[in-house]
Amino acid sequence: MLHTFGSTEQQLQPAPAIGYAGLIWRRFIAHRLAVAGTILLGMFVLLAIFAPLLSPYSPSEPDLFNQLAPPSLQHPLGTDPLGRDVLTRLLYGARVSLAVGVLSSLISVVIGVVVGAVAGYYGGRVDDALMRLVDLLLAFPAIFLLLILFATIQRSLAIVILFLGLFGWLYLARVVRGEILSLRERDFITAARALGASHRQLIARHLVPNVTGAIIVTFTLDVAINMLAEGTLSFLGFGVPDSTPTWGNMLNGAASYYTRAPLLTIAPGLAITLAVLAVNFIGDGLRDALDPRG
Amino acid sequence: MRSYFVRRVLGAIPLLIGISLVSFIFLHVMPGGPDALLARNSRMSAEQLAKVRRSLGLDQPLPVQYARWFTNILRGDFGLSFTQFRPVSQIIGERIPHTLRLVIPAIVLSIALALVAGIASAVWRYSLADHIISGLSFLGLAMPVFWFGLMLQLLFSVQLGWLPSADMTSGDGGLVASAKHLVMPVTTLAIGTVAGWSRYVRASTLEVFRQDFVRTARAKGLAERLVITRHALRNALIPFVTVVAMDIPFFLSGAVVTETIFSWPGLGRLFFDALRARDYPVLMGLLVYAAILIVVFNIIADLLYAWLDPRIKYR
Repeated sequence: MLHTFGSTEQQLQPAPAIGYAGLIWRRFIAHRLAVAGTILLGMFVLLAIFAPLLSPYSPSEPDLFNQLAPPSLQHPLGTDPLGRDVLTRLLYGARVSLAVGVLSSLISVVIGVVVGAVAGYYGGRVDDALMRLVDLLLAFPAIFLLLILFATIQRSLAIVILFLGLFGWLYLARVVRGEILSLRERDFITAARALGASHRQLIARHLVPNVTGAIIVTFTLDVAINMLAEGTLSFLGFGVPDSTPTWGNMLNGAASYYTRAPLLTIAPGLAITLAVLAVNFIGDGLRDALDPRG
Repeated sequence: MRSYFVRRVLGAIPLLIGISLVSFIFLHVMPGGPDALLARNSRMSAEQLAKVRRSLGLDQPLPVQYARWFTNILRGDFGLSFTQFRPVSQIIGERIPHTLRLVIPAIVLSIALALVAGIASAVWRYSLADHIISGLSFLGLAMPVFWFGLMLQLLFSVQLGWLPSADMTSGDGGLVASAKHLVMPVTTLAIGTVAGWSRYVRASTLEVFRQDFVRTARAKGLAERLVITRHALRNALIPFVTVVAMDIPFFLSGAVVTETIFSWPGLGRLFFDALRARDYPVLMGLLVYAAILIVVFNIIADLLYAWLDPRIKYR
């Protein structure tokens, strides 16, 4: 399907052949918001990576002689109730936020694609059983389950990432299943089967690659959702443990210092908003670029 | 229609049993479940512990505990709260009116704003208004809801001093005072949904605008206003109704954050407090309650869809 599409495009434009990836790239960079989102996210990634070089302060070492300092040249965003530099903590928080968003969504994608592909390909009882399971899990508000879980077990950054991933695959599984259900009746699958392709080859080599677009778009939106979820869980005090600075953790308790240090509340929330906005713009651009009807 | 309804409801029974099973397993098999909580309490002697476990039924095998818990739920009995030593159903019942006082205005506000914004941006597509509305929707979807609530508090309570930041019982209890207490929590609860819903209304209105019957209506010379109100919107809003019905239960999860920020004594705050105290019967009760709401509103959404759209055959 992908290749036919690329070739008709080439017939319409006799210009040098650009191939499928080139076509997607062209459409993506023509999407202004997506480019803005990419640049913004790229900045966050750079800031996160070079945090230790950009700031002379420790994100976690308290400085009790410097509590709640107002913004100054030394501390552009002031310090928190323990005297830690807010800007430094924001930079290090970007690491956690991005890591949580990307890694947990990767876990979701793996589970969602496997479950969706198996259900869509085999159909019948397998499909019924898997989709009933998805229905059942969708009947719970994920945030309730996550909060109860994290109130009970020993939390860590890895645990938060793992469980956000384990709870986030349901929607993708449905999407992949739906696509594969219709794809498996196509002639190219019959042809591949006639050539002696095994079930595994059919799924992994012929079916799943044709769903790549939907998977990438859902993955991007998942990244945004998981970044927001981490923020909410940590804000409520049941996310990443306090010892790791995250944007959500920084907001936990910040409301007590509204009058003395409003930046404590404003800055981390603004960081989350901008990062999520960037990811959503990218997702939007990818959806438009990957949509064969676009 | 009636047989469709009956079948839909009967079909939900296995789902509801599954929900109860998952809730039970989720809360009992985890490390740090009710048993571990009791065992950690060092003030209790082994003898007392055994007695408490027996009285709570925790000494029975898990399947027996589940069977007992499930039959109790069917009678509306969710057990006793670990912290308040009162029936969970009673505690939840007390909180429902408070949550409804937030959720109902929030739903009405969300629907109204989403319709106005979504339709306006579809009708005047690519206009300045459309760009502003779309921009705000993107912002609304990207902002953490709790942070939006905090920003409202910071601006309207702390800086301007116009609105109370918490404690709905303060003030003289009059209409104006109550309304002032509602403004910020209701707006906070509505913000995320308004953003999502208005995008949805915009998309489905644009979808209908492309269809032949709209072109026909325009071709026969019908005034644009009538084309929109009589023909386009009536069809565009059918899917929106079902989206609203499906999203309504999630106002309850939104209430956890909103009620926590604004110290609103509803179900969300109850959940948060129970979480901190690890009051498992209350948590289980709320979890089951929320899941049932989701299932029920899913059925309502399906029925509404079948009822509103005559093209849908319900077999």
